Amino acid sequence: MQCDACGKKKATVHLTEIVDGQMTEMHICEDCAKERSVQMEQQFGLADLLAGLSDFGKQIKAEEKEKLQCPNCALGYDDFRKFGRLGCSECYTSFRSHLSALLKKIHGSAHHLGKTPLHFKEEVDTKPSGEILNDKEDPEQVLKNKLQQAILSEDFEQAAILRDEIRSFENKGEGA
Amino acid sequence: MSLEDLIQHTGEWLKSTGPQSHIVMSSRIRLARNLDKIPFPTRANRKDLAEVFKTIQSAITSSEYFKDSIFLKINEMDNLDRQFLIERHLMSHDHAASGEGKAIVISREEVLSIMINEEDHLRIQAMQSGFNLTETWKIVSMIDDLLSEKINYAFRSDWGYLTACPTNTGTGIRGSVMLHLPALVMTKQINKVLEAIAKLSFASRGFYGEGTQAIGNFFQISNQVSLGHSEEDILQNINGLVRQIIEQEEQARQALLVQNKAILEDKICRSLGILKNAHIISSQETVDLLSMVRLGIDSGIVKDVNTQSINELFIMIQPAHLQKIEGKKLGASERDAKRAALIRDKLGKA
Repeated sequence: MQCDACGKKKATVHLTEIVDGQMTEMHICEDCAKERSVQMEQQFGLADLLAGLSDFGKQIKAEEKEKLQCPNCALGYDDFRKFGRLGCSECYTSFRSHLSALLKKIHGSAHHLGKTPLHFKEEVDTKPSGEILNDKEDPEQVLKNKLQQAILSEDFEQAAILRDEIRSFENKGEGA
Repeated sequence: MSLEDLIQHTGEWLKSTGPQSHIVMSSRIRLARNLDKIPFPTRANRKDLAEVFKTIQSAITSSEYFKDSIFLKINEMDNLDRQFLIERHLMSHDHAASGEGKAIVISREEVLSIMINEEDHLRIQAMQSGFNLTETWKIVSMIDDLLSEKINYAFRSDWGYLTACPTNTGTGIRGSVMLHLPALVMTKQINKVLEAIAKLSFASRGFYGEGTQAIGNFFQISNQVSLGHSEEDILQNINGLVRQIIEQEEQARQALLVQNKAILEDKICRSLGILKNAHIISSQETVDLLSMVRLGIDSGIVKDVNTQSINELFIMIQPAHLQKIEGKKLGASERDAKRAALIRDKLGKA
């Protein structure tokens, strides 16, 4: 088995992590394991440690990671991994799928409950830029969009619920 | 109001008027907020930082609530004043470093402080005396609503408030309760308690903030998780944990009084004796002795001193406070003498 981190050497260190009921396995070589433990000693902040963990259990091609950059503030995903701090609110959209996994690891959930700003308008803020949809006209499309978002953010529980709702919509359509 | 006005008194949260003040010193909540799309302070350029400052400043100054507040730019403060605000628990260490657009707003009675351009564009903090996260939440949430009328917050319905560090994403809330646990320390049960806290994903810190040792038997308990639970739930979880710790500390105090009364009385009365009579004293020794006297007041062993005076001394005996009170720079040995004099004065009068 090859190392999940460098992809070159033989994996001799095996880690299993269970977060939110989901098990992730990681297999890395001795050198990468050492490197990571040195990193852990050097970086003391919780966030820094977690940033280093954000790609665990995931295969990301090196070139893909290099390219990943926030168009709004120009922060690279690699910089985020190094420093553990995001550059702007748009980084959350730019690094969406990586962050979803990370947020789940940190908080045990990637779904906000709680306050909403007084004048928050959902249509403007939640959709990826460039996507223009009129939610009010087609409730099924709304659900489909939400499903897409849930899948992108790897919120599979939410996705399953939405999928069922869409199905019941479709069934109603067929019955009519 | 100016910074100099603060020296004349201490914050409302030290008054020992809140619930369970015999064990809980204070409750604090901070909210992390950012402006939509503008780079977070660590990533922002001078222009961005100036714009953030202007937006927040105008939101604050246009509000009646902040009429009597102190509004200070960090770059315009000297090092002593910056240290003074850190010692008062109004400002973080990180915020004390110079930087474009950085500022702090402090309300009357020091219930509220707002840091502008810290790690996030906005850090709103409220503090109350005793075990009172509920009231603290009401205050901080009200201010948050007030500012959200004028500021376009970075928020998404799925991930909540977006913050520079993903450990704060979601509610952006950190609730902290400062507990005084001398009996759990003396009966050597504290490590067990701290282990349990860590297992439950709560953090414990010392009296003087992040990265500080738990001196004076003070422990600050706060939430780690900020996403996936409502603010009320997060605070309820802290409340549940704190209630149990209070109970344990009360039992330990009772046990000490029953089983080791003479030793306890001796330790407490000697502590008060040194504080009332010393002419040179370090801050470390002071904090340890004050902790014993604080326990003595609750146990009925010390009768001529009140908890508020002791709480205030924990703040006033720090280096920047001593120098502000004296009105000039003091070396380490001068501070030890000034500290002893201040304590004698405060406890003699009490």
